Amino acid sequence: MTTPATNPATDPVTKQLTTLRVNGESHTFAAEPHHTLLEVLREELGLTGTKHGCELGECGACTVLVDGAPMLSCLTLPAQVRGLEVTTVEGLADGPRLHPLQMAFAEEGAAQCGYCTPGMLLAAKALLDVNPKPTLEEMQQAIAGNLCRCTGYTAIYEAIAKAAQHV
Amino acid sequence: MSEFSVVGRRLPKVNSWAHLTGTAKYADDIALPRMLYGRLLRSTQAHARIRSVDTTAAERHPGVVAVVTGKDMPEKMGIMPSTQDETALAVGKVRYVGEPVAAVCATTEDAAFDALSLIRVEYEALEPILTIEDALGREDVKIHDEAKRANVFKEVHLSFGDLEAGFASADHTRDDWYFFEGNTHAPIENHSAVASYDGDGKLTLWTSTQVPHYLHRELEKVLGLPRSHIRVVATPNGGAFGGKSDPFAHEFAACLLSMRTKRPVKFTLDREEVFYAHRGRHPVKMRLRAGVKKDGEFTAVHLQTWLDGGAYASYGIATTYYTGALMTVTYRIPAYKFDGVRVYTNKPPCGPKRGHGTTQPRWAFECTVDKIATDLGFDPLEYRQRILQPAQSRTVNGLRITSMGLGQCLEAAGKATQYSKKRGQLPRGKGIGISGSAYISGAGLPIYWNAMPHSGATVKIDRGGGVAVYCGTSEIGQGSDHMLATVTAEALGVLPEDVHVVSGDTTLAPVDLGSYSSRVTFMAGNATKEAACKLRDQLFTVAGEKLGVPVERMNAAFRKVYDRADPSKSMSFVEAANLAEARYGTLSAAGSYSPPPGIGGDYKGAGVGPTPAYSYQASVAEVSVDLETGVLTVDRIVTAHDCGRALNPVNVEGQIEGSAYMGYGEISGEEQVFRGGLHKKPSLLDYKIPTSLDTPVLEAIIVESVDAEGPFGAKEAGEGPLNSVIPAIANAVYDAIGVRFDETPITADKILDALGKRDNRGVPKDRIGPAGLGEGKRDPGGAQRRLGFSTEARERRRAVSPSRPEQAEPAQGAGLERGRALPDRADKTGATGPGPEPGEPGSGSR
Repeated sequence: MTTPATNPATDPVTKQLTTLRVNGESHTFAAEPHHTLLEVLREELGLTGTKHGCELGECGACTVLVDGAPMLSCLTLPAQVRGLEVTTVEGLADGPRLHPLQMAFAEEGAAQCGYCTPGMLLAAKALLDVNPKPTLEEMQQAIAGNLCRCTGYTAIYEAIAKAAQHV
Repeated sequence: MSEFSVVGRRLPKVNSWAHLTGTAKYADDIALPRMLYGRLLRSTQAHARIRSVDTTAAERHPGVVAVVTGKDMPEKMGIMPSTQDETALAVGKVRYVGEPVAAVCATTEDAAFDALSLIRVEYEALEPILTIEDALGREDVKIHDEAKRANVFKEVHLSFGDLEAGFASADHTRDDWYFFEGNTHAPIENHSAVASYDGDGKLTLWTSTQVPHYLHRELEKVLGLPRSHIRVVATPNGGAFGGKSDPFAHEFAACLLSMRTKRPVKFTLDREEVFYAHRGRHPVKMRLRAGVKKDGEFTAVHLQTWLDGGAYASYGIATTYYTGALMTVTYRIPAYKFDGVRVYTNKPPCGPKRGHGTTQPRWAFECTVDKIATDLGFDPLEYRQRILQPAQSRTVNGLRITSMGLGQCLEAAGKATQYSKKRGQLPRGKGIGISGSAYISGAGLPIYWNAMPHSGATVKIDRGGGVAVYCGTSEIGQGSDHMLATVTAEALGVLPEDVHVVSGDTTLAPVDLGSYSSRVTFMAGNATKEAACKLRDQLFTVAGEKLGVPVERMNAAFRKVYDRADPSKSMSFVEAANLAEARYGTLSAAGSYSPPPGIGGDYKGAGVGPTPAYSYQASVAEVSVDLETGVLTVDRIVTAHDCGRALNPVNVEGQIEGSAYMGYGEISGEEQVFRGGLHKKPSLLDYKIPTSLDTPVLEAIIVESVDAEGPFGAKEAGEGPLNSVIPAIANAVYDAIGVRFDETPITADKILDALGKRDNRGVPKDRIGPAGLGEGKRDPGGAQRRLGFSTEARERRRAVSPSRPEQAEPAQGAGLERGRALPDRADKTGATGPGPEPGEPGSGSR
C-alpha cells in the first residue's frame, strides 16, 4: 500500500467557490470548475435524489429544472446556472405536502425501480406548468428524453394525466 | 366483498415514497467519511495473455491510495459453484474487451480515473473466437484450456418419449432454423458498490445486487474472510432485469481495497462499463423440427440450440438447460428431444436476462406454431386453444403442471383485439399476431446444492402495533418490499403502511436466495405468510379467549381482531398484540419455504425446469410496416397474464407492461453486437432502448387462476409476459407482409431486404433467417485486424506507449483462409437438409 503523494505546500488550489440557488435555498460550496451540476448537487450539496445513468446526456435521469425548464444536469456546469433557480426532486414537495405528481406516480405505479423517477417527475412538472391539460402525444414528447426501463411508460402517462386533474 | 383486506387492492407501494421524494438510498448515493473512489482498468484485448501488469506509476499518482491486480485475488469464482471459471480481476489471460484487469482507489474519482492510464499492461495477443461456428470448430484456439472439445462450455442431450415414432406418425412436419440476437438489460442505474472494512475486522458491502446471499458466499471464497464477518446489503436496485445477479469485479475490488486501506471504497461503473459487464441475453441459434397430425396435434418436437455464451460461465449451465426445459409446458407434446450446446467466445459473458434462456426458444416455437397453423389452414388462436397442455398434469419431460391459465389468456387477449376477425383481413403493411408462453415462479433448485429452505422470513410485532418483516429478498423495482408488506399485512390484519420491511441484508434478514427466476412472490411470499400466520394464531388465541369467541371464528383486518360471525365482538390489533406478548413473550416468528418434492423428473438435467407453479401468458400485437422505408411500427400490444392471484393489481400490470416494453425493444432493434470484440454500440444513444415516442400502446389483462400453493394464490408476474410479446410481433409482421422473420431483431434494413428493396436488388424473399450453422459472414482474421486498429487508436488516445507485441500475422492468414472456405459449406446446409448434430465433433466450422 502506498500513501497519497499530495503535497498541500506545492499543490495548486484548483477548486472554486460558487453560490447556487437550489430548491429556494442559497448554497456556497467549493468544487472543481469542471465538475458538472450533477456532481455538485450530489457530492457537494448532498442532494442525491438527482440520479446519473450515463453522464452523456442520453438517459435523462439527471434532469433538474432551471428557472422551471428541464435541463440535463450532467451536461451543465454550475457556472451556467449561477443566479438561476435550480429545482431538484427534493424541492418538488410543498413542505410536508407532496406534489400531485408524486401522489399520482405512487397511486398509478409509475415508479418501479424509482431510478428514472426524479428526472421523470421534473420533466412532467415542466410540462404541466406550461400545459395543464396535456394530450397523450404531448406527454410522450415531454418525456421523450427521459428513459425508463421498467414501466413501458404507460403508468407514467396515467400518472401525469391524473396529476393534471389536481394541479 | 373481497375475502381479503389488502390482497387485490390497488395500493401504492410502501417504498414508493422514498422513490418519489429522492430519499431512496441507491448504492451510489451512499457517502461515508474518508471514502475513497475506485475505478477498474479494463482489457483492450479480446483474447490475450497478460505478460505483465506494472502499477508503479499509478501508485505514485497524486491522490492514489492503493492499486490491486488479479494476483491479489486469484481464487476462482462464479455464480454457479460447478462452473467457476472467473477471477475477480484477470489472472494470466484476458478473454474479452472490457474484462477487469486492475483496480485503483484514490481520494477523488478524477485521480482514480487518471491513474488507470498509468497502469502498463503488456499483452500477448491471441486470436479471438467471435462466432458460435468458430467456437465449435477451432480446436487450435482455446479460450479456456479446461474445455474438453474446442470451445464448448456445456453440451446437453435429453430425450423423452419415442421421437422417431412420433415423426413417423406425423402427417406434416416442419424443420426451421432460427437465430435470436443477444441483447442486454440496460438498467438506468449503473452498477455501484460501497465497501467498508471496519476496525473490528468486519466488512460491509452495500451493492446494487439481485443476489446478496450468493454474493456473500463468493466474497468469503475470494477474500478469505469468514462469512460471519461479512455483511452484504442489497441496496434498492435502479433496475436489474438479471444484469445484477452475478458477483462482479467491482464488488470484490471495493472490498479488497477497503481491507487494504481501512477506508470505505466506492465503485460506480459508467454506462460503457455496464455494456461490457453485460451477463445479458445469449445469442442463440436454433433448429426446431416439429411433427403434427392433420388436426395439428403434435407428435414429436426436436429442438437443438447453440448458445453464444461469451467469455465466462455465468449462469450458462442453467441457461443451456432453460433453452430446452420449458418447451413442453404450454402445448401437448408426446415426444421431445432437446440438444443444447453453449460455447465460449471472446465477448462479454452472457447470463440471465428477464425470461432467462426460455425467451429465445419460446419465440422460435411460437413462430413454428404459427407456421403450422398457416400450413394447415387453422386460426392460430383457435389452434393453440385446441392443443393446450392441461392443468394438473405432467409433461413428457416430467414437469408438474398445476394451475394453468393459458387458455383464458389466449381468449382474453384475442377478444380484446378481435384477433380472429382481423387476422389475414388487414391491408398489406398492417398485421396482427398472437403468441402464448409460460414461465416459472422460481427455480425448483438453488444454484448450490443444499437441503435448506429457498426462502426465510421473520416477522415481529412491537407493543405499539408496528410490524416488521425481515427477508433476504432484493428490491430491484419489481416491488418485492411491497409484496412482503402486503402478505404480512393481509395475514395479520394490518395495513401495508404499518409494516416495516428489512430486506436484502445478509446480517439482519434470513436467507432468501435472491431476486431471480421470478421466485420472490411465490417463495418469499410463502415464507413470510407462514411467519405472519404463526403470530396471527397467537393473537387469535388470546383475543378469542378474551372475547369469548372460538378461535376458528376469529379474523383480523384493518387493525382489528374480531369475530367473523359477529364483528362487533372485536379488539384492536394493538390490544391483541399486547395480550399475546403477555402470554407468549416477544412476538416474533420465522417462516420458510422450499418447493415441494416431485415437481420434476429424476434424470440428469432434471434440476432445471421444475417450479412450484408456472405462469402463463398470451400476447396479441398489431403492427404497421412501411413498405417504402421498411420501418416497423408496433401499434399496440395486449398481454393477458395468468399470475395466479394479483396481490397488487397495479404492480402486476406494471410488470406486464414493463415486460411487453422490454420484449418490444428486443425484437424491434436492441442488439448486443460486436466488431472484432469491441461492442458496436456501448451507449444508450447507440444501443437505443425504446423511448416514450417508440413504445407501442401497452395493455395488460390480469388472469387469475388462483394457484393452490402460491401465497394467497399468487404466481410470478415479472418475466413471463416478455416471452409472448416477441413471437406475437414476429407473427404480426408475417400477417402484414407475408415474410417470416426467423431472426431477431426485425430492423428496417432486413424488412427492405425481404421486400426486395434493399440495394436495388429487387428480389423479394419470403423469409429472413439463418440457413443453418456455419453460414453468414465469417472472417476471424479480419475481426482481429479491426480489433487491432481500434485498440491501437484507443491506446494512442490514452497517450501511453508500452511496447505492444505485434499481432500474429500467420494466424490471421489462416483465419482468412478458413473464412473463405466456409460460405460453400453454408450453402450446402440448407434448411431442408439434415443439420449437424451438436454432439458430433466438428459440427461447427469444417
